[in-house]
Amino acid sequence: MTAVLEAVDVVKRYDLDGVSVEALRGVSLAVEEGGYVAIMGPSGSGKSTLMHLLGGLDRPTSGTIRLGGVDVATLSSDAMAKVRNETIGFVFQSFQLLARTSALGNVAMPLVYRGVARRERRERAAAALASVGMAHRLDHRPNQLSGGEQQRVAIARALVGDPGVLLADEPTGNLDSRNGAEVLALLDRLNTERGVAVVLVTHDPEVAARARRVVHVRDGELREDPPAKPRRARPRKAAS
Amino acid sequence: MRLGEAWRVAFDALRANRLRSALTMLGVVIGVAAVVLLVGIGTGAKQEVESEVQGLGSNLLLVVPGEFSFGAAPTVSRLTLNDVDGVARVVGDRRRVAATVSSGELARVGNREVFVTVQGTNETVPLVFDRPVARGSYIRRSDVDTRRRVAVLGSSTARQLFGDRDPLGRQLTVAGVRFRVIGVFEETGSAFGVDRDEDVHIPITAAQRLLNTQRVDALAVKAPTTKGIDALGTRITDSLKERHPGETFSAVTQTQILGAVGKILGLLTLVLAAIAAISLLVGGVGVSNIMLVSVRERTREIGLRKAVGARQRDILLQFLIEAVVLTSVGGVVGILIGTGGAVLVRSVSPLPAVIAWWSVALAFGVSVAVGLFFGVFPARRAGRMDPVDALRSE
Repeated sequence: MTAVLEAVDVVKRYDLDGVSVEALRGVSLAVEEGGYVAIMGPSGSGKSTLMHLLGGLDRPTSGTIRLGGVDVATLSSDAMAKVRNETIGFVFQSFQLLARTSALGNVAMPLVYRGVARRERRERAAAALASVGMAHRLDHRPNQLSGGEQQRVAIARALVGDPGVLLADEPTGNLDSRNGAEVLALLDRLNTERGVAVVLVTHDPEVAARARRVVHVRDGELREDPPAKPRRARPRKAAS
Repeated sequence: MRLGEAWRVAFDALRANRLRSALTMLGVVIGVAAVVLLVGIGTGAKQEVESEVQGLGSNLLLVVPGEFSFGAAPTVSRLTLNDVDGVARVVGDRRRVAATVSSGELARVGNREVFVTVQGTNETVPLVFDRPVARGSYIRRSDVDTRRRVAVLGSSTARQLFGDRDPLGRQLTVAGVRFRVIGVFEETGSAFGVDRDEDVHIPITAAQRLLNTQRVDALAVKAPTTKGIDALGTRITDSLKERHPGETFSAVTQTQILGAVGKILGLLTLVLAAIAAISLLVGGVGVSNIMLVSVRERTREIGLRKAVGARQRDILLQFLIEAVVLTSVGGVVGILIGTGGAVLVRSVSPLPAVIAWWSVALAFGVSVAVGLFFGVFPARRAGRMDPVDALRSE
C-alpha cells in the first residue's frame, strides 16, 4: 500500500519576533491510498500546521513530507504548486469560492492552472458538479447558493482535477447540522465509491468518528486512537 | 496557465469592480487626454506660425539692427532714411526696399477711439509685403517726400473707426494730428486671436515727425529671386556697418526665422508635453496604489489560486495584466477625449489645435508602459504571497 501523503518525523518551528515556537515536534503520519483519516485536536494544537504541511502549502523545518511519493524538499515552490494541483483537493471551512464567478467557473479553476482547454474544463467541471448533486446550479454564483450548496461546489472543485486525496479542513464548521451531515455523507461516498483518500481535520468527535482512523494532535505531538471498530458496515473495505 | 486565460481572469476581476476600475482609469484618462490635447495645441501653434512666416515669401529679407536671435536684448535702432537710400543702391531697385518705423498710438474719429499700430512706411509696402489695397490707393512716393498727412487703414481699424461709412477722403486723428484716409487694405485675417488688420499706415516721414524721431526701425527687402539672397543680405549689412562703424546689423531670411520660431515653439510643445506627462505619471501612481489595495483585498483569492496550483508567475501575470488593461483602456479613452478636446478648442478658440499622430501613439505606448511599470510592484507582491498566510487572512 503506497501513501498519498506522508510525514516522517516532521518538526515545524515558527519564529515570532525572535521567540521560537514549536508547532510540531516530530510528527509522523502516512495517509494510504483510499484511506480515511481524521486529524483531531483543539485549536492551537498544531493540527492546522500539520494540514498545511500535508497539503504541500508549507515546508517543514526538519523531517520529510512526501506528496504522492515526492519529497517536497526537492521541489521548487512552482513544482509544489504543480504537485498540489495534481495530487490534492482542498476543502476549506469557509468554502473559499470566488464571489464574482459562477459555480462552474469556480470548479473549473484548478484546471486553468493545468492548462486544460476551456471547453474541456467546462465539461469536466460540469461532471464534477453533477457528481456532488449540483448539476442544476452550474451558473449560480456563490451568493445565490446555500452554505451546504457552496460547500458541495467547493468539494466539486477539489475533485475536478482527479486528486488522490481530499484535504478537508473543518468542512462542516460553517454549516448547520443537516447540511453538515450531507457534506460528510458526500465525503464518505467519494471515499468509498471513488476510492479518494480523505483527510478530515476537525475538533468535533462526532465528525471524526466517520473516519476509519483517528489521530489526535496535542501540543505538537501525535497520538493515535487504537483502530476502532467501524461503527457501521462499509460496502468495500479497501483500506487496512 | 495560458496567456489568453490570464486575460480572461483579469477582465473578470476588473468587471467585478466596475466603479473602482473606472475611477482608477480616470487618472490615466486625464493624463493621456492632457498629453494629446496640449501637444495638439503646441503643434498647431507651430504649424500656424510657420505658415505665417512662409506667407512672407522666401525671397524676403528683413534688415534689423543688432543680432538676430530670440532672447537678445532689443537694440536701439540707429538706422535712418539715408540708410534706406544706401540699401536701395545696394539692391539696385528702390521699389524693392521698404522701411518702417512703428508705434502704438490712439486713433480717433469723432468720439470713437481705437488703439492702433501706426506704421510709418514708404510707398513700396504693397509690393514688398504682398499687402494689396482694397479701396483707394496706397501712399505714393510724393506723399513720403512731402510728409503728407495721409493714411491707409487696416480693414478692422476702418470698421472700428468709421462703421458703415466710407472712410475714403474722411479725416482721423492719430496722436492728436489729423490725417486723411486715402485707402483701405484688404483683409488679412487674424492669427492666435491677434487681429492683423488693426493698423494704420502713414508716410514714414510724417511718422518720424509725429514721433519726433529720425529713426527707422527695420528695412525689408524683396529680393528678385531666392537664389543669392544670403549674399545680398551680407552685402546690405556690410554697407550698413560701413555707414555705422561699431554697430551690428542682421539680414534674416524666412528660412532663418522659421528655424528660430520652430525651435521656440518646439520647446513650448515639449514643455506642454512634459506637464501633461506629469499628470500621466500621477495617474500611474494611482493605478499602483489601487492595485496594491486590490492585492491586499484579494489575499484569500491569491491563497486559493496558489493552493489549487497557480504558480508565482500565474498570479503575477494576472495582476500585471489587470494593471495594463486599466492603463491601456484608460489610454484609449484619454486619446478619444484629447482628440475631441482638440477639435473643440479649434472650433471655439483661436488656438489652432491639431492632432499630432506621434503624440497619440506615444500617449498610448506610455500608458501601456505606465501599467507595466506601476503594475509590476503590486503584481510581484501578489505572486510572492505565501499561500498559508494568504488563506488564513480574514
